[in-house]
Amino acid sequence: MTSILVFVEHVRGTPRRASLETLGAATATGLAPIALVTGPDAANTAAALSAAGAKKLVVVTGADKYSPDGTAADIAAAVTAHGAKAFLAAATSTGKDLLGRVAGLLDSAPLADCTAFSFAGGTFTLQRPILAGKAIATVQSKSAVLCATLRPNTFAVASGSGAAEVSTVATKGGKVVVIGVAAKGDAKLDVKEAPVVVSGGRGLREAAGFKIVEDLAAAFGNAAVGASRAVVDSGWRPHGEQVGQTGKTVAPQLYIAVGISGAIQHLAGMRTSKVIVAINKDAAAPIFKVADYGIVGDAFEILPALTAAVKAVKASN
Amino acid sequence: MKIIACVKRVPTTEAQVKIGADGASIDGAGLESMLSFYDDLAIEEAVRSREKHGGEVTVLTLGPSDCSKELREALAKGADKATILLDPSWAARDARSTAKALAAKIQELGADVVFCGRVATDRDQASVGTLLSSYLGFACVTDVVKLELTPTGGTAQRETEAGIETVSFPVPVVITCDKGLNEPRFAGLKGIMAAKKKTIDEVAPLAVENAVVVQKIELPAARKAGRIVGEGAGAVPALMEALRNEAKVL
Ligand SMILES: Cc1cc2nc3c(=O)[nH]c(=O)nc-3n(C[C@H](O)[C@H](O)[C@H](O)COP(=O)(O)OP(=O)(O)OC[C@H]3O[C@@H](n4cnc5c(N)ncnc54)[C@H](O)[C@@H]3O)c2cc1C
Ligand SMILES: Nc1ncnc2c1ncn2[C@@H]1O[C@H](COP(=O)(O)O)[C@@H](O)[C@H]1O
Repeated sequence: MTSILVFVEHVRGTPRRASLETLGAATATGLAPIALVTGPDAANTAAALSAAGAKKLVVVTGADKYSPDGTAADIAAAVTAHGAKAFLAAATSTGKDLLGRVAGLLDSAPLADCTAFSFAGGTFTLQRPILAGKAIATVQSKSAVLCATLRPNTFAVASGSGAAEVSTVATKGGKVVVIGVAAKGDAKLDVKEAPVVVSGGRGLREAAGFKIVEDLAAAFGNAAVGASRAVVDSGWRPHGEQVGQTGKTVAPQLYIAVGISGAIQHLAGMRTSKVIVAINKDAAAPIFKVADYGIVGDAFEILPALTAAVKAVKASN
Repeated sequence: MKIIACVKRVPTTEAQVKIGADGASIDGAGLESMLSFYDDLAIEEAVRSREKHGGEVTVLTLGPSDCSKELREALAKGADKATILLDPSWAARDARSTAKALAAKIQELGADVVFCGRVATDRDQASVGTLLSSYLGFACVTDVVKLELTPTGGTAQRETEAGIETVSFPVPVVITCDKGLNEPRFAGLKGIMAAKKKTIDEVAPLAVENAVVVQKIELPAARKAGRIVGEGAGAVPALMEALRNEAKVL
């Protein structure tokens, strides 16, 4: 049966949600998903990946230190060995890094960060936001093997039955090697993957002003902190938190913008969020034009009350 | 060291986008353009690497003839040479066809290090750098925020969801530059004068057929009108009610 190869990222054997969503998108085409995993504990993903639709599992062994070009070569070899029609990964740092490498090896035209994916009559059709979401392109791939990454938080996780058939291959190894990772404190959620994002802007006055944003994010439990470029450029927050055209594009279930005016470059990065809440003392701020719900007023007065209310709801759930 | 910085012209980030008459392109008329934000970082890192290791920096673009405006600025900032792979339909090239043409030229010029931007802020592919590395057989590190480069290799830091990764690589290498790597300089008067004497080559790029067919390009659906639920902390219960029972996200 025609197959799609999905690269799955995992943390000590637990697949990342964005990878499971990608596997879900592959499963939804009706083609057979093959998951490829690498690194220590890779084989421990078998049960979770079978339950999320994988029919086969390729475990790459010997890759104790991650190599991006080595992994790309392993993926390209597995695509060829299984005659897969497509290679998919989640549009995470790792997935985006692999996409062009694999596409280059397979002579395919890559399609990054897609938000719709389907297969009919032998052709893949995809949608991808361009110009940071100011427009949406619908495209078809003529490449022999489609290579694409899919945006996190966009596709549903599938449920599968049976146990995926497991095979192992030794890594080809690569020239570039990850020799260390300085992990972020307490495994914080990334803005691209978190279901809730609370972002702050210059309205918070100073770096310390972000305390109220962090408190609200903590009250949700599943929230990440985001930031406007103005505060990143001022050094109040790290660049990894910047949302917008020259930062990250996010599409969470709930986006809360606090003290952010809503410049076009910021809106480009968050306007596809499911629900947008804006808190700003200026009723004329452009952020209110895209917000589903707004509160006009001082963030320093509103956020503590909102944090208390969210805590109360979470406690009663 | 032979250094190449790849740069691309894109619409400004302020640009309001209009769809072309064919429904499958962006209407370029009246659209202001700039070098992609991250490509300025690529130019800066290229010039700094030359300042440290000696050699030569070539700025390379696949684009229209009037890109010479942006290239002249790169020359004023310290690049030595510039080449335009002249293609009137450059904006319609997919990432593979763009990268193939760039790779052919890079092969001809020879390079130890190729700098690209993390992403071009038009098609948001973030793929041309990695494609180049596969075509050229070069190492590649993406999203670099810190670089230690020597003539034979080096280490780089990249920002990922998990934290800052440190990566080792050999030369030749493609580096894609992320925000934080450097603060691009402004062109000084001396540089601007010097740039006038530098040459900008125009040559025809390798012709490569697109493998991506654009069926349509649309503006995103307008968000349905929202509402102000109230003012000040007193509005919090109304917001909570809306999030729980209307939007059902709590
Ligand atoms: C090439 C380029 C790329 C860019 N890329 C990005 C990008 O990726 N992301 C991005 O965000 N921006 C980007 N920008 C910058 C963008 O144009 C804006 O300058 C930036 O988003 C403004 O940030 P801000 O909303 O925090 O600040 P401001 O525009 O200063 O807004 C602050 C807001 O806070 C409100 N406020 C003040 N005090 C309070 C209070 N006590 N309580 C509540 N509200 C309060 C004010 O009413 C105001 O609306 C880019 C710009 C350029 C030129
Ligand atoms: N037409 C082009 N000419 C020169 N360099 C390009 C071109 N397109 C992309 N690049 C380079 O590749 C990077 C990533 O582009 P992209 O893959 O389109 O997001 C850019 O920042 C440039 O450095």
